Amino acid sequence: MNSRAGGRRKASGQERPARPGTAIERLPRLLALVPYVISRKVVGLAETAAAFGISENDLVDDLNLLWCVELRSPDPYCPIDLSYEGGEITVSQAESIGRPLRLGADEASALLIALRTLAEIPGQRDDSALSRVIAKLEDAAGAAGAPSAQVAVQMDGMAPADVQAQVAAALRERRRLHLSYYVPGRDEATERDVDPMRLLVVEGRAYLEAWCRRAEAVRLFRLDRVLALEVLDVAAEVPAAAEHVDVDSGQLFRPSPDDIEVELELSDAARWVADYYPCEERTDLGEGRLRVRLRTPDTEWVRRLALRLGEDGKVVSPPELADQVRQDAAEALAHYS
Amino acid sequence: MSRQKTERLLSLVVCLLSSRRYLTAAQIRAAVPGYPEAFDAFKRMFERDKDELRELGIPLEIGTNNPLDEEPGYRIPRQAYELPEIVLAPDEAAMLGLAARVWQRAEMAGAAAGGLLKLRAAGVEAEETAQLGIEPRLSASEAAFGPLWQAVRDSRPVAFGYQVPGRAAAQRRNLEPWGVVNRNGRWYVVGLDRDRGAERVFRLDRIDGPVSFTGPPGSVNVPEGTDVRDSVRSWGGEPPTGRAAMLQVRTGSGFGLRRRAISDQPAPESAAPNGGPGWDLVQATFSDVGWYADYIASFGADVVVLEPVDLRDAVIRRLKGALA
Repeated sequence: MNSRAGGRRKASGQERPARPGTAIERLPRLLALVPYVISRKVVGLAETAAAFGISENDLVDDLNLLWCVELRSPDPYCPIDLSYEGGEITVSQAESIGRPLRLGADEASALLIALRTLAEIPGQRDDSALSRVIAKLEDAAGAAGAPSAQVAVQMDGMAPADVQAQVAAALRERRRLHLSYYVPGRDEATERDVDPMRLLVVEGRAYLEAWCRRAEAVRLFRLDRVLALEVLDVAAEVPAAAEHVDVDSGQLFRPSPDDIEVELELSDAARWVADYYPCEERTDLGEGRLRVRLRTPDTEWVRRLALRLGEDGKVVSPPELADQVRQDAAEALAHYS
Repeated sequence: MSRQKTERLLSLVVCLLSSRRYLTAAQIRAAVPGYPEAFDAFKRMFERDKDELRELGIPLEIGTNNPLDEEPGYRIPRQAYELPEIVLAPDEAAMLGLAARVWQRAEMAGAAAGGLLKLRAAGVEAEETAQLGIEPRLSASEAAFGPLWQAVRDSRPVAFGYQVPGRAAAQRRNLEPWGVVNRNGRWYVVGLDRDRGAERVFRLDRIDGPVSFTGPPGSVNVPEGTDVRDSVRSWGGEPPTGRAAMLQVRTGSGFGLRRRAISDQPAPESAAPNGGPGWDLVQATFSDVGWYADYIASFGADVVVLEPVDLRDAVIRRLKGALA
């Protein structure tokens, strides 16, 4: 048992997954490798290594291992014959592992749920391709796909359908958009021209990733905050240096070191704030109370947040901001006296 | 896994797939290199290997070739092993490549990558770099997601602690889960609450501590006609009562409020507190006084509630809280 556990650790350490957490163990990889080559007849080493997320050296090691498989009874024979001469792989004999293994329940379901999630997003380029691939995958998966029906993803609160359709059209036709965009932190409607890059859907919210010509930077625009938009008769010009937001970092909005540091004290009823905004530090004060520290380029939204939280959330620092909140509250209360 | 073990398992798979007949343990030992000579040691290793293959989803069948055979044998039926033919058009394959990137939770991302690899092995050309201009993600970072997915997949009942806002201690809940639903970014589990004998919906982010299985696979029956999406939809959105509020909003501000306004016009001179130029009268509807009062308070001195009284009082309370 010890050797087994140790061996596993070693195996996962050696493999280089395409993305974190997507390591494929070696045996499933070997079983997929033979049909991968057969279905393509001839395929390059480099291309194959990339498809499997491993190095060419690891791939050659896999191919050697397959080639060495030997069965001894009744007479010794080698069921798999292949070659990778000149960097091109061919399989001339594969015995019984010429086809890939069936999809498991997790594999089939992870893909089917993801495909159905895509189908939830309106304004898509081609809904028919999506329904065709879902039907084909359901067929190929058979019973393994059935549990996927018990997981559903719904996105009915993202943005008006016409906004989504126009954004999709601008992306497809690579055209500039004029946006009237609501910034709740400032309670402001802003006007700007943007060059669309991608549509991101994260945590049930849709964002347009675009080059903002006013800010001269890549910005994310939440589609449910678009007040009005117009697809302009101008080609989008995204500068070559514009960098995509890293959707997989787990944090779409990264605080910058130049930002202002704000400390808030929250009661139990306002703890959601700590989950909703990216906090750098959270300290439990007991009785459900929490102190959080966050960074922001703009404190206007913190003033509004503090007014909304009332006694459940207090600005601790900077002190000027705390004074500002009290002054805001006093001015607002004057209207009720 | 060591190289020797990988080699042995691979040979075992090829051997069992190649044979139409059930092979006895002794026949397998004779054909597959790498097993120890001593029969007991071989048996132990072979048992572990069988488990390993089953874990990978390889259909290992036990049976006899004729009724007189005393010792059962093993084989892997081709039909059950092989992925059926699947041919995707380029636009379909592009969608598949995009779908494989959707999951951010490690287990699900790993499962999607494993599935994609098999489909590629079947000849599907799904480029992971396909540029469709759209990138959706499902995070499912809640710890409860993993066990609850396994529970609905395997039809097993579960128990967990559930934190209800405003109560100090988590409550123990016993659930026969029917489905897991993501609605607008938030995960829910729907099922039969065993203690209450009725359908219930739980938020995954309020599940406190581990989720444990309380019954064997196959012991949950999802009632005919159940639509878990409907359950979440009707649970999440209490029908809006739609009460009307009359607000005085400073001209040029309150954009968020005005977006949902029923009417919006300049305030007459007589309007309180200092109506006339610079102020508008906005009529809007709301359903939850507490939530709407918080929202209005966030506009500070730019929005004043004229009516109803309970909303007005709630806003004043919030503002006094902020002043304290």
